[in-house]
Amino acid sequence: MRFPGAIAAALLAASAAFAAEIPQGQRRSGYSFMKPDTRAMQDDDTANPGMLWVLDGEALWKRKLGAANKACADCHDDARSSMKGVAARYPAFDQTLRRPVDLEQRINSCRSNHQQAPPLAFESRELLALTAFVARQSQGTPIEAASDPQLAPFVAKGRELYLQRQGQLNLACTNCHDDNWDKHLAGSAITQGHATGYPLYRLEWQSLGSLQRRLRACITGVRAQAYDYGAPELVELELYLMSRARGMKMEAPAVRP
Amino acid sequence: MASALINVPPKAKRGDIIEIKTLMSHIMETGYRHTATGEVVPRNIITSFTCRFNGAEIFRADLFPAIAANPFMTFFTTATESGKFEFEWTGDQGFSEHASASITVE
Repeated sequence: MRFPGAIAAALLAASAAFAAEIPQGQRRSGYSFMKPDTRAMQDDDTANPGMLWVLDGEALWKRKLGAANKACADCHDDARSSMKGVAARYPAFDQTLRRPVDLEQRINSCRSNHQQAPPLAFESRELLALTAFVARQSQGTPIEAASDPQLAPFVAKGRELYLQRQGQLNLACTNCHDDNWDKHLAGSAITQGHATGYPLYRLEWQSLGSLQRRLRACITGVRAQAYDYGAPELVELELYLMSRARGMKMEAPAVRP
Repeated sequence: MASALINVPPKAKRGDIIEIKTLMSHIMETGYRHTATGEVVPRNIITSFTCRFNGAEIFRADLFPAIAANPFMTFFTTATESGKFEFEWTGDQGFSEHASASITVE
């Protein structure tokens, strides 16, 4: 009985070694996998369609609404200074909920608590616009997510999900994004899964979309049942991805193919 | 919430060839898609884009269902005199948007 045990241990060690994390020096943004024309689109603010959402978000920022008849700007003033670097710290720990919330959830809780307005639906034009506008203020700042020690257990859960094989294809995130990021899948580059640019404009979506939308699409892609928008598992995955990308620069609103 | 992004150089020398870039927010729904219950999603596209300079038309384009959402139009013109570019997008379901930008030609 000693042999099977030894084999199992060897297999475990081998699979652990296979799912190697990307060394710090080799980390790359999805931007660096893109063709020059798509990069040019992201770099030019008047060609980047994501900026249309940023413009809308700026208008929404100043709009008074809800029972409190307050605008975001009434508390937070000019987002250019008050929101600088904020998105780079999300998902962040919420003291009331005792768990991490992402930027979309943060905006919605601000709406319910302070504006006394109904929350916006995930992926709605308004929520994406506000998120894009806030995230845009962190463009170029290094990602600092997961620095709060209270987040540690949630980062660990996110990592567990990231390493967990799932779906009919029996693939974990790591099998593509750590082990095969230098290869292609049906002609598209497999990237490293560093979520530096969300919410971002995908040419395939012809729209801006959140990181949760991207994660759900990936989960459906391995033929697993995707978690609902706002599910704790998705936020934990987002948190883990952002912790992996710590120190990389925020690009939101990015453009991806 | 329709919005437009316009990029016109604020200044140019007489005779310079300048690039004009415009981006218009629009879903460009083709009219060929169906909902889960089988109903056709009605066509909703921009059908026409026009640019006038000091009142005279200098560029026009017709748009069709195969054009992607948020159409990005870019074209070149020669700077002749100072003035104002006026942009107009019209389309299905009464869509009509305007924007303008000024240029100083030295």
